[in-house]
Amino acid sequence: MFRLALIILAGAGALSAQSAKYGVGRAATADQVRGLGASVAPDGGGLPEGSGTVAAGLEVFASRCAKCHGEKAEGNIGPALAGGQGTLATAKPFKTVGSFWPQATTVWDYVNRAMPFNQPGLLKPPEVYAVVAYILNLNGIIGKDQIMDAKTLPKVKMPNRDGFVADPRPDVGVKPAAKK
Amino acid sequence: MRISGRSSRRRMLGFGAALGGGLLASATESRAVDGVPGQLGIPLGPYGERSPFEKAVRWRRDTKTPETGSSFTPLQDSVGAITPSSLHYERHHTGIPTIDPAGHRLVIHGMVDRPLSLTMAEIRRLPSVSRTLVLECGGNSGSEWAVKTAPDVQRSHGLVSCSEWTGVPLSLVLKEVGIQRGASWVIAEGADACRMARSIPLAKALDNILLAYGQNGEALRPAQGYPLRLIIPGWEGNACVKWLHRLKVTDQPYMTRDETSKYSDLMPDGKARIFTFQMEAKSVITFPSGGQTLSGPGLYELTGLAWSGRGRIERVEITTDGGRTWVDAQLQEPRLPIALTRFRLPWRFEGREELIASRATDESGYVQPSREALIEVRGTNSGYHYNGIKLWRVQADGTVTNV
Ligand code: HEC
Repeated sequence: MFRLALIILAGAGALSAQSAKYGVGRAATADQVRGLGASVAPDGGGLPEGSGTVAAGLEVFASRCAKCHGEKAEGNIGPALAGGQGTLATAKPFKTVGSFWPQATTVWDYVNRAMPFNQPGLLKPPEVYAVVAYILNLNGIIGKDQIMDAKTLPKVKMPNRDGFVADPRPDVGVKPAAKK
Repeated sequence: MRISGRSSRRRMLGFGAALGGGLLASATESRAVDGVPGQLGIPLGPYGERSPFEKAVRWRRDTKTPETGSSFTPLQDSVGAITPSSLHYERHHTGIPTIDPAGHRLVIHGMVDRPLSLTMAEIRRLPSVSRTLVLECGGNSGSEWAVKTAPDVQRSHGLVSCSEWTGVPLSLVLKEVGIQRGASWVIAEGADACRMARSIPLAKALDNILLAYGQNGEALRPAQGYPLRLIIPGWEGNACVKWLHRLKVTDQPYMTRDETSKYSDLMPDGKARIFTFQMEAKSVITFPSGGQTLSGPGLYELTGLAWSGRGRIERVEITTDGGRTWVDAQLQEPRLPIALTRFRLPWRFEGREELIASRATDESGYVQPSREALIEVRGTNSGYHYNGIKLWRVQADGTVTNV
């Protein structure tokens, strides 16, 4: 029996490399994938419908975020969400959404999945767009009349968009060249 | 003979009672001595407990929100190379979820021919492998960048642990779903409250990553991702997503919060290195180490742990004079690639101040650098991936402190 099963598996692989070899599990349905929640790419893929304004975001922030991040997002229980631009190359870098994060889509994705810290997933997509618009505006990245949605958000150019580089290690501790 | 036996038992009991541990004292005296009946021990039990005399515990750094933070393995109390699952370091972002494996699904979707949903029972039907591997948090020893370093080895190096992990090769499952042309990344997501997510290059996903459900001979602990997590040999712990419920195959990294805002390395020029996954060769002396005290001059076994994300540990050298001279330590065999490797050296403490440290070399020829060499290139604000040589000061009176 065991040998027979092996032969069948090997045969299936040889006949069609395209088909599943073990055939274990079920097809994941579109509903099932949607049920997992949004997962957003830098090009905006995965962003849901809806939109939000800076003004609406101020309200979301005041009621849902300020108690942990401070009235002006200066930081409290949670980290500061604004400030620090121009500090990255100094002795005291101040890393925030505004000074450090390379993509605006990351702010949407993270707030949507992880905030408010004590009730993650609470906000509806328009509220997430709004509060992200508010944070971006606080950092001087978008104007106060700009509306954030699936089209506009990925186009926002973050100040530190080009601030990330590939891993060059080993940069220290490389084996010294053998002496001649 | 008999009389002295009784009186010594009475003394022991009195000592135990004074500690409030009458039960402990009787346990130490349960064996029969000629003429003095023994006392029976504790009955057999369903799940083991360590001896009540053993006190090693994880240390947790205080955070304003207890659900996000890390707890550190007590390396100073470790022997051998395996970390008990109960003392494995932890790093969580929104607490430890309680997941019933009966309802858990791993969903694989995105740029695949056959989006797939697997139950835990189905995953366990697939061919599995076991590997002993070190796991180190990308932020381990982050305190060493600062001028004032952590006081003991638990707090300076305790975000590293080593387990035998069992699971299914991720490559097997990815072949099963059929990766589409143009795909280059896999976004792994956990089922914790914040759905922590990381982008993994497809090439690595097809290489040697494990979908792990077992740790040290039993199911994963909840704090280690029960019922399913990624184990990525040699890569930082944060990428080894716990409570894994989703793999999305894509043509780009998603630049998630935990690979941009966190776990990236800020350089002095203001640029940050991203996707610095691999953990480089590192070692630390666990005895004698900060906070410990030697009972006086004489012979001791100096010991510690070495590891490298690039493979086997080839050599560990020890200095007791602050780096002027080095001697080779003995390495415990077999030396497994990407696993904790115990090193040892008989050492005579003469009652004079000594600066001791270890230096690891891995099979790629990479030599663990000094703190100064690291800082010269990376400055002091990069935060993550610190692997510098760790010095301890053994003072003339035998007390050991950080340097
Ligand atoms: C109960 C307190 C709390 C509330 C309410 C809260 N946050 Fe947070 N927030 C935190 C904590 C704590 C962290 C750090 C989490 C971590 O690092 O794992 C955080 C992190 C963040 C970050 C990432 C910062 C960085 O630099 O990595 C963003 C962005 C954020 N919060 C936005 C929000 C928004 C928007 C809201 C309101 C919708 C909100 N938070 C509500 C506590 C809170």
